[in-house]
Amino acid sequence: MPARLLRLPSRFVATLALAPAFAVMLVVYIGATGWTIWISLTNSRMLPGNVFVGLRQYESLFANERWQVSVHNLIIFGSLFVLASLALGFLLAVAIDQRVRGESLLRSLYLYPFSMSFVVTGLVWQWLLNPTLGIEKLVRGLGFEAFRFDWIVQQDMAVYTLVIAAVWHASGLAMAILLAGLRGIDEDIWKAARVDGLKTWRVYVSIIAPMLGASFATAAVLLSTAVVRLYDLVVAMTNGGPGLASEVPAKFVMDHLFERQNLGLATAAATTMLITVAAVAAPFLYWQSKRQRLLAR
Amino acid sequence: MGSVAIEPQGRKPRHMTPARIGIYAFLVITALFFAVPLYVMIVTSLKTMDEIRLGQILSLPLHPSLDAWRKAWSSACTGLNCNGMQVGFLNSVKILIVSVPASILVGSVTGYALSFWRVRGATLLFGAMLVVAFIPYQLFIYPLVRVFSVIGINNSLIGIVVVHTIFGLPTMTLLFRNYFAALPTELFKAARVDGAGFLRVYWSIMMPMAMPILVVAMILQVTGIWNDFILGLVFAGRENLPMTVQLNNIVNTTQGERAYNVDMAATMLTALVPLIVYFGSGRWFVRGIAAGAVKG
Amino acid sequence: MRQGSDVDVRGVEIGYGSVTVLEKLDLHIAPSEFVVLLGPSGCGKSTLLNAIAGLIDVQAGQIWIGGRNATWDEPKDRGIAMVFQSYALYPRMTARGNMSFGLKVAGLPQQEIGRRVQEAAETLKITELLDRRPSELSGGQRQRVAIGRALVREAGVYLFDEPLSNLDAQLRAELRVEIKRLHQKLKATMIYVTHDQIEALTLADRIAVMKDRIIQQLGTPQDIYQRPANRFVASFVGSPAMNFIAGELRLGSDGARFAAQAFDLALNGYRFAATPRDGQKVELGLRPEHIETTGAAAAPAGTEAIIEMVEPMGSDQLAWTRLGGAAASLRLPADSTLRTGDRVSIAISPGKTSLFDLATGQRL
Repeated sequence: MPARLLRLPSRFVATLALAPAFAVMLVVYIGATGWTIWISLTNSRMLPGNVFVGLRQYESLFANERWQVSVHNLIIFGSLFVLASLALGFLLAVAIDQRVRGESLLRSLYLYPFSMSFVVTGLVWQWLLNPTLGIEKLVRGLGFEAFRFDWIVQQDMAVYTLVIAAVWHASGLAMAILLAGLRGIDEDIWKAARVDGLKTWRVYVSIIAPMLGASFATAAVLLSTAVVRLYDLVVAMTNGGPGLASEVPAKFVMDHLFERQNLGLATAAATTMLITVAAVAAPFLYWQSKRQRLLAR
Repeated sequence: MGSVAIEPQGRKPRHMTPARIGIYAFLVITALFFAVPLYVMIVTSLKTMDEIRLGQILSLPLHPSLDAWRKAWSSACTGLNCNGMQVGFLNSVKILIVSVPASILVGSVTGYALSFWRVRGATLLFGAMLVVAFIPYQLFIYPLVRVFSVIGINNSLIGIVVVHTIFGLPTMTLLFRNYFAALPTELFKAARVDGAGFLRVYWSIMMPMAMPILVVAMILQVTGIWNDFILGLVFAGRENLPMTVQLNNIVNTTQGERAYNVDMAATMLTALVPLIVYFGSGRWFVRGIAAGAVKG
Repeated sequence: MRQGSDVDVRGVEIGYGSVTVLEKLDLHIAPSEFVVLLGPSGCGKSTLLNAIAGLIDVQAGQIWIGGRNATWDEPKDRGIAMVFQSYALYPRMTARGNMSFGLKVAGLPQQEIGRRVQEAAETLKITELLDRRPSELSGGQRQRVAIGRALVREAGVYLFDEPLSNLDAQLRAELRVEIKRLHQKLKATMIYVTHDQIEALTLADRIAVMKDRIIQQLGTPQDIYQRPANRFVASFVGSPAMNFIAGELRLGSDGARFAAQAFDLALNGYRFAATPRDGQKVELGLRPEHIETTGAAAAPAGTEAIIEMVEPMGSDQLAWTRLGGAAASLRLPADSTLRTGDRVSIAISPGKTSLFDLATGQRL
């Protein structure tokens, strides 16, 4: 066969096949990240500058009111969102684990929001929380004249609307991961617990939940990555408003990259985001690799 | 032992305990929490604006009509263009059709190469992929936009496809690599002994066995790329804006009174494709989540 | 010494949906008895055990434990304790925690719990392991902790579901002895499920051999071994396995004889359980240790055999030959010098044999 003449040694082909991946890693991931970090250390503004200015951009960043509000909002959002999603996800997983009827229907119901875009979620909740025509109007119409639910237009409550929408979007994910963890638990443990006379809730709290450490961690990490990336939801739901009430770091970066055209500030903000993510992800990845090595033994 | 009217034998009678009632109540309440927004979306899109102004957000439409849907599809306005969501829909489809196979192809070959072949730097590459998956997109945007402008693919279909392939690489690679690594190595060794080379093993042996993971990969990519907003916003260019971006433009940048029914119809249209994939894929979607969740 | 509870299974039927697993099963276990449910996988033994424990519901019939009707009782109210094949230890608790958790939840005073845990730990020789987690223990140690968790319940009946199957051969032998000692010490009722006939023979007061969800025979290890009720029990129990020779019964004026090709055996002294028919097709069951060999010279007709192969097994040897056309193994002492090709004379005591109808497998 003529093809045989052109047969390259397989190991070489394998290296060739990995070349695109290597290239992408180097050029895009490492290269672009490096470039961005570099720009944050220069005097760039509308156009990239070439003067190294150390941490001056970071100084202006941390003094920037908009940035401060963004970070503050993200902390509130992040902690509430992750905790609420894990809690709701766990409760849903446990409830479904009770051999209830209509299990697969319920599972699909809890998870479908996760299949949609954050933009869709944001717009739906924007409509639901519409003060004049949404839930507030509905409840008032039922007779509760003094009912207030206009959080979405209130300075100090807007962030919480983001939490509600995001929990609606993502607790199905937490549920799916925790349910898989629950299903992986040895049936005999349940039998032993029954013989020991333990009540069901007791088993979940004292025995099962501690066993789900890995599932909780995985869910928490996935949810946390969504927290840092939070952009689509904010743009769709409140666009950072009212005023700056629901600004978030990802939006800060995008606004300063494009509209406000301040490269230095934008890249400094992006780099700060990276450092935060690294601080959270690094221990997790380290713990994961240790576990892998332990399990591989 | 008290006086039991019936002597216990055979099947134990199952009563509804308060605990069980509580569980069902919880499930029903949460089910409502998840279902009501979808219901409201649909119902609002079928109402007239007069009805909507009455503020009965949960009520069924008096005279359901698909007017809002028609308007959303063909005449909603993004800025000066009033051609409706069909523009965005087509764009999203165009982006999908090229990006999904491209990212799966590159991801599967890379994952395959990482799983069976001993190439120098493979472990390093694998480890790097685990790590970079966490980096927020914001760090890549400016450099990529600059480079793409220089190459000439900024604001183009090719640009957005390349971007999706690049950013899909870590997840897809990890997905396929973990799948292939779990297959018995004897299969691979037997093929090598038979004389098969790198590509031959990939094409004739690995990929036919990869049907389950291919389904999972497709679900992940189709949903992920269709739902993407930020990448489409930055790299696609005005003529190729995906449906999500157009949706946000239509809804959030209207002057004057909002046509809430059209807004909801447009939102439904955008949500339709991923919802169909979701409800159609059944257990595969959950497998996708599980696979994507296991980073390494 | 406390006495164990008796267990009475009356006409029990167990199934899932439309599938019946056990039908009309009766079993009575006396107080302090050690009963083994023995059989291959799928025979229903674990199902029966789980039903006695209350982990599975019965569709019909009753289960009485310690004189009370426990058919509808939860496992914790039946006065039972259970040990599982996979140990089922709570992974995030120490051994001490595992053993005391059930008692703590039941509200027992701290002192009492401490006493019971200490006692059980001493009995099982795991006192130094009490503060370790299951992941830090070996398989054998984990199983001891699991047994400990059962012991502290001070139950009337202890249920064991293939507890030694996950252990290697040596550990299995060790723990087997421990369990027997435990039974002697506690005098508790124990119901033990296994597929290993050696465990059954060594541990049991009585064995219930099960196959296809029916109890094939219920009897002492002696009974089961010496007088198996059917061909299945005969072949399942005993290692090396029983030899089977297919042949015919001949009834004559001088009693019954078994004939298979050149092999002929007078059945004087054989206790028939059912009436034999002349010409009935039967199988003769011979255990390897019941076949004696004498020197080749002056062998009476029909008792000659040629050794085909000898397997040394350490403590003795297993020789293979042909009797009546069928392969048969027989035991030889370790110092026997018989080799392949040697001729020997076979002597069989009819009282030690078993006869089974070829078609039904039932004992004759």
